[in-house]
Amino acid sequence: MARFVIRRILLALPALFGLVVLTFVLSRVVPGDPAATLAGDAATPAQIAEIRAQYGLDRPIWEQAIVHVRQVLTGDFGRSVFSGRPVVEEIAFRLPATLELTFAALLLSTLFGVALGLVAALDHNGPVDHLVRLLSIGGLAIASFWLAIMLQLVFSMDLDWLPLRGRMDVTLGTPPRVTGFLLVDTLLAGRPDMLASALRHMVLPAVTLALPGLATIARFTRSGVLEALQKDYVLYARAAGYGRVRLAAIYVLRNAVTVTVTQIGLLFGALISGAVAVEAVFDWPGLGTYAVQAILSSDYKALLAVTMVVGVVYAVVNVAVDVAQALIDPRVAEEMS
Amino acid sequence: MSAAATRLLRDPVSALGLAIVLFAVFVAAFAPQLAPYPEDAYESHLLQRLRPPSAEFPFGTDNLGRDILSRVILGTRSALAVALSVVVAAMAIGIPVGLFAGWRDNWVSDVLMRVTDVFLAVPQLILALALGQLMRPGIETAMVALALTYWPFFARTVFAETRRLRSALFVDALAGIGARPSRILLLHVLPNALPAVLVRATIGMGFTILTAAILGFLGVGAAPPSPDWGLAVAEARQHLPEAWWFPTFPGLAILLLVLGFNLLGDGLRDAADPRLRRSRR
Repeated sequence: MARFVIRRILLALPALFGLVVLTFVLSRVVPGDPAATLAGDAATPAQIAEIRAQYGLDRPIWEQAIVHVRQVLTGDFGRSVFSGRPVVEEIAFRLPATLELTFAALLLSTLFGVALGLVAALDHNGPVDHLVRLLSIGGLAIASFWLAIMLQLVFSMDLDWLPLRGRMDVTLGTPPRVTGFLLVDTLLAGRPDMLASALRHMVLPAVTLALPGLATIARFTRSGVLEALQKDYVLYARAAGYGRVRLAAIYVLRNAVTVTVTQIGLLFGALISGAVAVEAVFDWPGLGTYAVQAILSSDYKALLAVTMVVGVVYAVVNVAVDVAQALIDPRVAEEMS
Repeated sequence: MSAAATRLLRDPVSALGLAIVLFAVFVAAFAPQLAPYPEDAYESHLLQRLRPPSAEFPFGTDNLGRDILSRVILGTRSALAVALSVVVAAMAIGIPVGLFAGWRDNWVSDVLMRVTDVFLAVPQLILALALGQLMRPGIETAMVALALTYWPFFARTVFAETRRLRSALFVDALAGIGARPSRILLLHVLPNALPAVLVRATIGMGFTILTAAILGFLGVGAAPPSPDWGLAVAEARQHLPEAWWFPTFPGLAILLLVLGFNLLGDGLRDAADPRLRRSRR
């Protein structure tokens, strides 16, 4: 098992290294002068030259490449053009907010997705099945930013049930930062009122973000369960007198869930992408709003760092998913090695 | 293939998807004729701003007094054009890469597939944002960025099909009678991989429309006064909760069109792959 894990990690490294090279190549082969883009339309030639020197853009291309790779490998992404603070610090400060939201969404989509998929499969071709099928295709067609705004319109502006934006009531202050995960920090601070506020703020963004994942998981669980139901061992179990529910819970779901676990890995990418738009709508102070801010202020270093950090997180999740899959189904580990 | 087409049309869900897509193509083709106020793509009428839906303006008017129905209709054209260009460009890169890498077992094919992995190492939207920013933001850059992030999916699909087919008996037979590899690949392997590519392309259309809308919403895609749907939703945010109709209808248009492509892609996948059909039954 340890060999499998190491092997899987080693497989992920070339792609990440490639990403470092790719971002460099693209930032240099693209038409136009990056220094001029950074300086903006109103910049004088002297200002452009200054920026060029500041970013090392006046050096030979191979030297720039080496510097770029060395900086990225040592986690040195320079200072943000926007705030003047080290980019890595800013990202480390914001990453927990995004991870907290993403995990909440992942939890929602897995719980409800597996349940809906199972119910749909057990009601094969019945009304529940059709409803879940519609939901699972429709859920992938909704633009997350639009759903977010619609939910805000109904539940925050019209009904006034849930907060419109942010992570917590500003009047409550913030708990001392320990982990950066607000749900954990409020608990550590022993402030149930803050925890309640944080949870209330999380409902709409997490639901918005969870919907596409829920759709995917429901769909794959459904087809996985349907496939498992056709297996001989299920037939035997039924002949031996097992009830439908017990059969589904004990025999079918475990076999069907392997497919679902693979999907969770793929989903994480969709969740991180979705988080960019959802965070922008809900003013969620995470990586997504940071990326949007970086784009709007032409903060090239910040955006590059976000891309690399997301790449690393994405790789870690995918390795974890492969390992989880190998633990559930030993045949997978054999197949991969 | 015609048996597959019959099967596709007999499934009500895929038929609905096809109907939505055909309707959108029709709307896009005759957008200037269908839109009640075609000049509202660019003109503003400040005296009639933010009017609620009425007989005169079925979807209401926006912050510049433009008819939202007209702008939704005019936006269909650009949404389809952007998605189609992106998918075709992605196919133009991905299919040759997949064919070449799948056919041979040398270092070139290894490098090609490693490069494919690199493009898949980050979620598409993040990569598209980064690429879009490294170049100058705008709708053209957004399209290039989307094509550059979507081709690996075609490369993967065609690679898998080519690997599966290259040891097929008919390929051996063709090689035996002296057919050149290029001929085998283009005339025999590619047509067999086409159903899988078609499914990928249909789903890719839906995905691209959605991602392009996100880029427009975030301000790195289409620029004003374009009737882009994502951009319209972004512009609408400052006028909530009063003008609920302003973000609602462009968003519904995105939902409907993406739903159409997803339903169609779903149906095509089932029609193309009998193994998957079994579990749907």
